[in-house]
Amino acid sequence: MAGQEQKSSQSRDEIEDVDPGTPAPAPAAPQASEATEGVDDLLDEIDGVLESNAEEFVRGFVQKGGQ
Amino acid sequence: MSSTEQSQEGLPPGGALRVMGSETEYGIHAPAAPGANATYLSSQVIAAYARLTRERLHASPGAGWDYTDETPLRDARGWSVRRNQAHPDLLTDLEPVLTAEGVALAHGPAELELDGDQEPALMNLVLGNGARLYVDHAHPEYSSPEVTNPRDAVLWDSAGDAVVLTAVRALSGDQERGPINLYKNNTDGKGASYGSHENYLVPRSVPFADLVRGLTPFFVTRQIVCGAGRVGLGQDGRTPGYQISQRADFFEAEVGLETTMRRPIINTRDEPHSVADKYRRLHVIVGDANCSHVANYLKFGTTALVLSLIEAGAVPEIEVHEPVAAMHRISHDVDLRETVRLLDGRRLTALEIQWIYFEAASKLAADAGVAAEHGGDGHTAAVLRLWERALTDLAADPGTAAGYVEWAAKRRVLEAYKSRDGLAWGDARLGLIDIQWSDVRPERGLAYRLLAKGTLERLVDDGAIARAAIDPPPDTRAWFRGKSIQRFPANVASASWDSVVFSPPGSYRLQRVPTREPLRGTKELTESLFEQNQDIQAFLDALLGERHT
Repeated sequence: MAGQEQKSSQSRDEIEDVDPGTPAPAPAAPQASEATEGVDDLLDEIDGVLESNAEEFVRGFVQKGGQ
Repeated sequence: MSSTEQSQEGLPPGGALRVMGSETEYGIHAPAAPGANATYLSSQVIAAYARLTRERLHASPGAGWDYTDETPLRDARGWSVRRNQAHPDLLTDLEPVLTAEGVALAHGPAELELDGDQEPALMNLVLGNGARLYVDHAHPEYSSPEVTNPRDAVLWDSAGDAVVLTAVRALSGDQERGPINLYKNNTDGKGASYGSHENYLVPRSVPFADLVRGLTPFFVTRQIVCGAGRVGLGQDGRTPGYQISQRADFFEAEVGLETTMRRPIINTRDEPHSVADKYRRLHVIVGDANCSHVANYLKFGTTALVLSLIEAGAVPEIEVHEPVAAMHRISHDVDLRETVRLLDGRRLTALEIQWIYFEAASKLAADAGVAAEHGGDGHTAAVLRLWERALTDLAADPGTAAGYVEWAAKRRVLEAYKSRDGLAWGDARLGLIDIQWSDVRPERGLAYRLLAKGTLERLVDDGAIARAAIDPPPDTRAWFRGKSIQRFPANVASASWDSVVFSPPGSYRLQRVPTREPLRGTKELTESLFEQNQDIQAFLDALLGERHT
């Protein structure tokens, strides 16, 4: 779409925040190398809290249907 | 075309302001009690919250539910399903009485034995923040109070997570049964799905066919912005892979009344919970439950904008060929390259369709003057900015949106595990991450951990969420409902969206106060009534004499 091309270029550098009164959002996504480090941190953190027996947990997570 | 001015008195038309609310059915899991009855477990969550509230208020925990105005069998297309032809799941207007037998009939073997000492299982609660907390089928459900803008929708929806978290904490010490944990997701990955619904007030003068035509292409594609991500493809998740939406695979029809089977993209339940001649309540069942604030915000904000387009007769002319299949394909395409065929022969990607809606909504908002930074409605500009940012980032590389688009955030974690540990999509650890993503306990729930670290962007802080778990939004009738329950807990017999039923002291007669206008009963209109009348009798006399709500 023409609109898409136009919008893609025009808005890339705009940093958003939401309406007044809300805390500013976290900084925009970091660059690639930082992002990788961030992911390592993330994995370290998540490793520590994941339920221990994945197989058993996933098998046991059975829900009844709802709406 | 209908006039939008009359749609929501007091709210400027053309933008993202609208009376709206959320419903979240939480996944429920008692790991130490495998096979425990889900309806019974859910009732324990409600009862735990009632006990906590009672302790906090030293009084009655809130009110029961008033079923008088529930009409789940009325179809927006203009007819009703005969009660004796309706599936029992649709009969949501009857007070569910939880007996061991009923539990057994509804959901498999009963673990429940009601004896004389046991509290009767509590199925329904109206909270002091104006919300409803109850057992829906086999899940605890939090229905948020009515709000007027997408930011408050996020706030009072997040308040539901805080409400059920306090119940989870209270139940965690049970020696016999062990903890009951809750998950803000929509599927167990084995074929069961449960909903997170949105509700929007729409003027009845808008023909339902216009809503179907205007919303269907939008609902088929909005998942790329607000999908929560899911490990596994197909309803039973058996095909290994990752997809954008929790819910998409469970939709099998274009339009219909059902919500628990043959789920339709457009749900026709016509239960206005307000003045029926003026309004309909659009019941949206196609969305994912969101832990990401921004995804949740965009879900409500962009949908409200599209409803404004429909009301103004300015909705883009798009008709998707076979929308159900298109919705599934879009969900399964994390690279966002899939195109869908339109009835006019064009082939567009989900992103392109979203851009078309974005452009139309921007134009309408500009024409209506609601998107101005100064003098606008205070919300529409922010929704448009975030929507544009999301589409721009997704078009460049979905990875760049991993700080706020939920499916992209979850995918980043999953891909990192996959590559570090050499896992295939069918690996149980990835399934575990998908489920544990939405555990409402902030120390366990991965999304909540990322929110705490700032890795997922926040729109509302924990202090505001905690307050919203206690207090109602000030600018809808939820304020009157919530304050009535806070102030006179012993004298509110029951409540519903459009009524509060008082039991005056020393009288056997109940006094039902209708609240059929969603934008009345606000803090502005009723605060003085509460302030000037500390006593219930004086309050009722003043209320019923004046009828200001």
